[in-house]
Amino acid sequence: MKSRMTSAVSRRTLLAGVGASALAASVPLRHGLAASKIKVGILLPRSGPQAQIGIDCQRGADVAPEVLGAMGYPEMEYILGDTETKVDVARAQAEKLIDAGAHVIVGAFDSGQTMAAAQVCEQKNIPLVVNIAAVTKLTELGYKWVFRNFPTGPMIVGDAFKNQKTLFAESGATPKSVALLHVNDTFGTSLSGALMALTPKFKMPYKIVEKIPYDPYGRDFSAEVRKVKAAKPEALWAVSRLNDAIAITKELVRQRVDLMGILSTGPGWYEDPYLQATGKYGDDVISLVPWVDYKKEMARRMRDAYRKKFPGRSITSNQGYTFDAVLIVADAFKRAGSTKNTDLQAALRTTDITNNTTIGEGIRFNEKGQVPHVPCGAVQNRDGKQLVVLPKFAAVAEPIWPMRPWRER
Amino acid sequence: MDPWTLANAVVSGLLIGLVYGLSALGLSVIFGVIRIVNFAHGEIMVVGMFFALLMFRWLGLDPLLSVPLAAAAMFGFGYVLQLIVVSRVSHLPEHMQFLLLAAIAIMIVSALLLVFGPDAQGVHVGYAWDSVAFGELIVDYPKMFAAVAAIVVAALLLAFFKYTTTGKAIRACADNRMGAQVVGLNVGQLYALTFGIGAACLGAAGAIILLLFEVHPYLAPGYTLLAFVIVIVGGLGSLFGALVGGILIGVSEALAAVLFQPSMKSAFSFALLILVLLLRPQGLLGKAVR
Repeated sequence: MKSRMTSAVSRRTLLAGVGASALAASVPLRHGLAASKIKVGILLPRSGPQAQIGIDCQRGADVAPEVLGAMGYPEMEYILGDTETKVDVARAQAEKLIDAGAHVIVGAFDSGQTMAAAQVCEQKNIPLVVNIAAVTKLTELGYKWVFRNFPTGPMIVGDAFKNQKTLFAESGATPKSVALLHVNDTFGTSLSGALMALTPKFKMPYKIVEKIPYDPYGRDFSAEVRKVKAAKPEALWAVSRLNDAIAITKELVRQRVDLMGILSTGPGWYEDPYLQATGKYGDDVISLVPWVDYKKEMARRMRDAYRKKFPGRSITSNQGYTFDAVLIVADAFKRAGSTKNTDLQAALRTTDITNNTTIGEGIRFNEKGQVPHVPCGAVQNRDGKQLVVLPKFAAVAEPIWPMRPWRER
Repeated sequence: MDPWTLANAVVSGLLIGLVYGLSALGLSVIFGVIRIVNFAHGEIMVVGMFFALLMFRWLGLDPLLSVPLAAAAMFGFGYVLQLIVVSRVSHLPEHMQFLLLAAIAIMIVSALLLVFGPDAQGVHVGYAWDSVAFGELIVDYPKMFAAVAAIVVAALLLAFFKYTTTGKAIRACADNRMGAQVVGLNVGQLYALTFGIGAACLGAAGAIILLLFEVHPYLAPGYTLLAFVIVIVGGLGSLFGALVGGILIGVSEALAAVLFQPSMKSAFSFALLILVLLLRPQGLLGKAVR
């Protein structure tokens, strides 16, 4: 029986079988390279302390296929990864997404987590399109597979200084002293470091009288605010996340710390849960952050789709920059016509998008994979809404400065 | 350093420490009697916070008025949990008990996420933003009311264990389980009652803490860790020790923040923990195990 079976497979049959197998195997391979659909790994903090923000970012990604599909961009398939707001998990999840077939990764909101994902993408030769992460060294380490359309810490701080100068000049009210309150994580230290280094360079009219780093997992912020109060600053500069921003605002009001203004360069102070939790006390805060520009057609398209899909939720930089990251992928895939990593990498390098959703001239990467200048806006909370007040070309309202005292609201 | 800044820090630390102490009482009660370390401690408290949040949304109840309701609801949860689940692993090695309670903790967080989502949510009571000033000393109303509520609940609990028959029976179980069985006490029921009381403490603490902080499902692990630090400092199994531990941690964190850096707060808590473990391993008010 055994010999019969063996003899039944002749050399000619074997050769034919091998040839057929090779042909069959080559079909999906070629199909994979010239695919009509790209698999995009979306890596975000969907659980843990940054879950709210991660989910907001995901919402930006969720409206992209519909908006971009209507504009002729190719189909995308998302594979979702959760960093759990942890750097080590971000690394493991990036590997998992690549193992699951992701041709490109978008993420990962947080600087530390994005750094971890970037290391994996470099090892595996898979493009990482950063949605949000400000740490400068991400695009200074010579990485070949990392592309970022988001400002670095110094860019955010530099634009914040420029917008502040305009704000002070137009309002005629200039603070002479500022306290810096910042979250003590990769993002917070990166931004506060840039701020401290650049303040003299930009010849700002104020002195930073106190620098207060705080625990990102803190609960009670009364001591932090007490320290601010003791320094007697005229204005507060905050680099925070969401829950800490809410708690800090409550303490500022309860401890009767009246300031000329609160300036933020980070998330938290403009987000929906913040506005809901703080009500009238959240008004007048100015966030000096990258933002959406509704004077652009793509931003209006995104807003229309977003309102249908997520009624009652605001669009912030979280949604805007994640949408733009997906747009970058869709655009590169469309031009490359292939999911091959090197083809996508080459297409990403030659990205030239002017119709995106966020403030600025558009998206073009330099040799480091960084958009050289991603401008920031000044966004002020007014009656529970976020309004761009600076720069003038993107502004939809005049700024209120100094802010109204707590007891007069 | 301005003395008023220090005074403000001490008062604030004291008030918040009392609330922390109440939350740690739940852990101490359960461990002191059943000898099970409740790794779902913070999660049960966060359920209490969400319960109070729903009471506020549905009935307009101030979280302080929700305290008895949250305590009752969590008592039921704890009672059933001990009777149906935890009691079945009480004879197993400790690491298996830890795993079971850690699994329950994960399930609670997942369920809360499904129901409430990840957003921070809070209550808007009329006095949420108000404070009273005594010269330069400013005390905010929510913290003051929360501390008073914590004292009342802790006093009721201590009185229950000291003066009621059931409380004495539970203490008898804690002192000598075999002896309690010999004299005819229903140890299984008393254990369920104890777990229920521990969970009720957490429900009450959750409702009170909702007055101070926003709630979201991921708050829990931080509170579990905090409770462990407090009860180890105060003395595992000592009810009064949990309150003292809470105050010590609250005040030391507040002072660390104003004297050094706010980011040093946790480091100070853990430094205190290490110091206590080195110098008095049974905790400040705990009994030494021979």
